[in-house]
Amino acid sequence: MTATHSQLAEAFNKDFDRTTWHDEALWFVRQKRDSAAYGIKEFQELRELASRIKEHTLSNLDKYLVSFEQNAIRNGVIVHWAMDAEEHNKIVLDILLKSNSKRIVKSKSMLTEECHLNPYLQKNGIEVVDTDLGEHIIQLRKEPPSHIVLPAIHLKKEDVGNTFHHHLGTPAHESDPQRLAEAARQHLREKFISSDAAISGVNFAVAETGSVVVCTNEGNADLGINFAKVHIACMGIEKIIPAWDHLGVFTRLLARSATGQSITTYTSHFTKPLEGATMHVVILDNGRTKQLGREDFRNSLKCIRCGACMNTCPVYRRSGGHSYNFTVPGPIGSILSPNLDLKKYSSLPFASTLCGSCTFVCPVKIDIHVQLYKWRQIIAEENILPVYKKWSMKIMATLLANPLLYDLGGKLARYVLRITPDRILNNNWLNSWAKARELPKPPKTSFKTWYIQSSKKK
Amino acid sequence: MTVGLFIPCYIDQFFPQVAIATLQLLEKLGINVEYPIRQTCCGQPMANSGFEQSSISVYQLFVKNFSRYDYVVTPTGSCAYHVRKHFNKIDQTPEVVKVRNSTFELVNFLTDVLNKTEVAVSFPHQVGFHQSCHGQRGLGLSNASEITPDQDGQAIRLLRTIKDIKLTQLTRTDECCGFGGTFCVSEEAVSARMGIDRIADHVRNKTEVLTGGDMSCLMHLDGIIKRQRLPIKVMHIAEILNGNNIYE
Repeated sequence: MTATHSQLAEAFNKDFDRTTWHDEALWFVRQKRDSAAYGIKEFQELRELASRIKEHTLSNLDKYLVSFEQNAIRNGVIVHWAMDAEEHNKIVLDILLKSNSKRIVKSKSMLTEECHLNPYLQKNGIEVVDTDLGEHIIQLRKEPPSHIVLPAIHLKKEDVGNTFHHHLGTPAHESDPQRLAEAARQHLREKFISSDAAISGVNFAVAETGSVVVCTNEGNADLGINFAKVHIACMGIEKIIPAWDHLGVFTRLLARSATGQSITTYTSHFTKPLEGATMHVVILDNGRTKQLGREDFRNSLKCIRCGACMNTCPVYRRSGGHSYNFTVPGPIGSILSPNLDLKKYSSLPFASTLCGSCTFVCPVKIDIHVQLYKWRQIIAEENILPVYKKWSMKIMATLLANPLLYDLGGKLARYVLRITPDRILNNNWLNSWAKARELPKPPKTSFKTWYIQSSKKK
Repeated sequence: MTVGLFIPCYIDQFFPQVAIATLQLLEKLGINVEYPIRQTCCGQPMANSGFEQSSISVYQLFVKNFSRYDYVVTPTGSCAYHVRKHFNKIDQTPEVVKVRNSTFELVNFLTDVLNKTEVAVSFPHQVGFHQSCHGQRGLGLSNASEITPDQDGQAIRLLRTIKDIKLTQLTRTDECCGFGGTFCVSEEAVSARMGIDRIADHVRNKTEVLTGGDMSCLMHLDGIIKRQRLPIKVMHIAEILNGNNIYE
């Protein structure tokens, strides 16, 4: 059985100081996001606008996808459709084999992570190098990303120093970020120059013109695509926006929500292949139409992958991205993942206090905490939860639906708590509440008893 | 006007002093308050765990107990939010609609229904206010830092009018405490850590008395305070507004 979020989070929390560091690193990003959001007076209006554009697009996805395809083909782009990850990977491999491409540079793409494209290509004899610095670090370490915008945020500069020492030959114990970044640049430069094909993700696909827009801070997508003979852009069906006019709404929100920048350093538009090169767009479903068909959850597809819900989530900050065991961690991942495998990801909708901060930062107004609550209902209905949980809830519901049983039960519970010795009550093994917290001292009388007695006196 | 007083199950059983303060506070303001004795709970514990269906009979009992009142007032934002937001699962009879629309968190009732803008009590202590999420983001009782840097809200405004009070300026103004219902045991490690961090913020900023509108969050935070043997006293906002002494 897969480890639950709570088990992995408990392991993460064993290192108190590192948990503090992780929480503060992400809280810092949340604060930068806040200043950026407070900084423009129309920020809330932009959120509303973005949400409506996305809702409109999702409701007319069939139309916009076809129009995107037609316009892209007109521009000389080759468009492919993939039902699932397997088909997506086969299409990409096929393009690479047919164009005799052996060395691939790839810029950041959560979609290719979702499809596990790297191991698939490597298994088929293709060298694939992630060129985003964070992605490159975790690729060297053979780890999945722990965050969708900051894939190596779980690592300290000393960890990166060790990794680079091992793989890139930097001096032992080098932890100066600038020197480490320079070592990565030199190493990656060779890869860019000698690459046969470049794979990129897609932040926005504009139906009106058939263009794809890729946002990066490192310029690595541009470097890769402009050097290579083949460009493959991989996107989910939900990346569509209707027209150029809408793009500004999203580019203004994306970087502000993600890192607090006003815009990403590079916002690159790819409309047609370079001379002598080919450009492909692979459009993937992989469960998205299924989610689109779920009335309560369809608007999770509005997500523009800014990561703001992760940075603000008090649970994510204190459990790390790997505790979610899903390509997209944090609150948004916890409402996307059950769509794909309800059983495997059944602990994720419970990895939240339902505080609602995710919903409040979301630049496209996805009601994330409401959807977490709704997934919980489905998970309970499908009988996936542990049996003791089901029965304890049923017993509790019976007690609480019956005033007499409730009064008696409460009295009994308080009595038991009062007579039980502290060493048993506060035993960590018997009572997980008590690992870090004392229980409240139960009073002799409930309010109800007090109320009845004092009314009699009157 | 007759108010039905709803006392959540855990307050009834563990914190009767909070319920008494709420009752006294409302009566001092000249309100006719009744406490229907067949009440139990709003059904939230089961519903948040995914067992909304099992809660339906609890919802129906709630409506039966409270539909005869002009207002239902309760010293918790979380349960008020649950009644307003999640009682959509039962048949929307006129009684259900009435109960949903007339259920108020205590401070919300004081400021929005009774139009209270100040309280005539004194509380000469450094008070840290814990912003509970369901009241804040669920019911919109105060500004959220995700939206605006202006820290404002009904409870804070009332607390500011108390004589000799000093309010703590926290480093993180509205981060969740980590209670989260059954989350507090099913995700014990993160829950405890969140509480520890909240308390550290209050310690760093010199809170003597920790208060808030939700006893569930405060129970969790008090558990940490007591385990760490910190000199912070926990009181529900109803107790402070009622003029209770810190030593009561």
